[in-house]
Amino acid sequence: MAAGFDPSGRLPDVFTNARTSSFTEFLRIAAPELLPGRRPLPPGMAADLAPHATTIVAISAAGGVVMAGDRRATMGNLIAQRDIEKVHPADAYSLVGIAGTAGIGIELMRLFQVELEHYEKMEGTMLSLDGKANRLASMIRGNLGAAMQGLAVIPLFAGYDLAATDPQRAGRIFSFDVTGGPYEETGYDAIGSGSLFAKSALKKRFRAGLSVDDAVRLAVEALYDAADDDTATGGPDLTRRIYPVVMTATAEGTHRLTDAETAAVAEAVVSGRMENPGG
Amino acid sequence: MAMQFYASPEQIMRDRSELARKGIARGRSAVVLSYSDGVLFVAENISSALHKVSEIYDRIGFAAVGRYNEFEALRRAGVRMADLNGLSYDRRDVTGRALANAYAQNLGSIFTEQSKPFEVEMCVAEVGATPEDDEIYRLTYDGSVNDEPGRMAMGGQAEAITGVLRNKHRSDMSLAEAMAVAVEALGSVGGEGGAPRTIAANQLEVAVLDRRRVGRTFRRITGAALTALLDGGSAPAAEAPTEEPKQPSTGAEKPTVSAASADLEDKSGESASE
Repeated sequence: MAAGFDPSGRLPDVFTNARTSSFTEFLRIAAPELLPGRRPLPPGMAADLAPHATTIVAISAAGGVVMAGDRRATMGNLIAQRDIEKVHPADAYSLVGIAGTAGIGIELMRLFQVELEHYEKMEGTMLSLDGKANRLASMIRGNLGAAMQGLAVIPLFAGYDLAATDPQRAGRIFSFDVTGGPYEETGYDAIGSGSLFAKSALKKRFRAGLSVDDAVRLAVEALYDAADDDTATGGPDLTRRIYPVVMTATAEGTHRLTDAETAAVAEAVVSGRMENPGG
Repeated sequence: MAMQFYASPEQIMRDRSELARKGIARGRSAVVLSYSDGVLFVAENISSALHKVSEIYDRIGFAAVGRYNEFEALRRAGVRMADLNGLSYDRRDVTGRALANAYAQNLGSIFTEQSKPFEVEMCVAEVGATPEDDEIYRLTYDGSVNDEPGRMAMGGQAEAITGVLRNKHRSDMSLAEAMAVAVEALGSVGGEGGAPRTIAANQLEVAVLDRRRVGRTFRRITGAALTALLDGGSAPAAEAPTEEPKQPSTGAEKPTVSAASADLEDKSGESASE
């Protein structure tokens, strides 16, 4: 157990008496070494030390939201990993995608997942979608020191808002910067090194009220465009059968498309580009 | 000098036990049983907000009887411990046995060191791949732990309830059959002149750890699904025993931005002028 040793066998006081339902608040007292962003770093830039995860796109559709991420992690000019997974469910109704320093990103994402589940178990009710986005913003802000030394992590957060009055518009997207956020986005957003190209593609093709299936196709198209112009973003790898991770959040909850489903979409996109490389 | 009266340690422990037993016996009972597809928790509880049965982790559930504030503090500690271990190691490394041990140590030291013991009796259950793999631990106020054989009862008149469970419970029961046994067992005590009681759906708190699920297996059974299950209807209960956690409402009555923000002021201005 991380917090102290008590020969009487009693649980440390913080376990029974902490007046909080937030897991990160609890960690701050019980095990601060487990919180990212609280470690002292030696001075200097550290940006090239660790692999970077790249492009994520999110698109709000009728009755939900779609998030997709490419599979490449880079380290300078090298490909660090070909099949990294950067899009994950945050809880039953929301998704989080990570761009930036991969190790810190994965750690932050795991902590965020526990944070949401912990609150739900403690209080018997889920945080609202805005509450989840605010929680994530404060966790990003905690990493500001490391971000200034080149170890930045920027997530993209999207979810199905169960409290929305119009279910057609319940899919919502939040973006962040290194100082926190959140900023709610309308329609679509992208983060990471290829986001400029992905957003340009989405700007021309996005229409409000897309079906979820159309949004999935659009997301894969946008990732293709990002990979086309950004070396750090990986396109669909047909030879190794590595395709983007695509997830949806709807009234039924979060769902990850199977490899066969994403393969079919990615192959359709690639064969379309055979005829018209610009899409 | 004031005279200290001597009380033997034996006498002190006996007094504390008696206090704890009386406190626990005042409350309503709860039962925990294995069935073919999971572990069933049934507690008599007229409150729908203060839970006696809760989720601790993916495959671990918690039930308690006695003083609410005492077992609620222990439940919150359990969730914290489980989440902390799950984050530092892996989700699979969080076990019911470790949790039961920590609870036992805690209850034991409170029993010997504090002048008032916790008036609680608790169950930590971990669902396994088969009913034989289920682990059901009973924890009592003095810190003792018992590994129960697929079923247990706790609270007032637990012996009588256990007797009914022992005769009727089998680990290969369906959910509806297990529910019927649980309700019969709970209703076998406390009736007028020893007659069995019928317990209405709104007086029961029911949850399962569903062994067929991956990830978080804990689901509450409430409302229409619970009524159907009590009527012996297996179909709707098997299909939809789930209740997702509620989201707090964010309507006009609960603004998510500061009350001093511009658009809210505009809105209130409009409604005032209308």
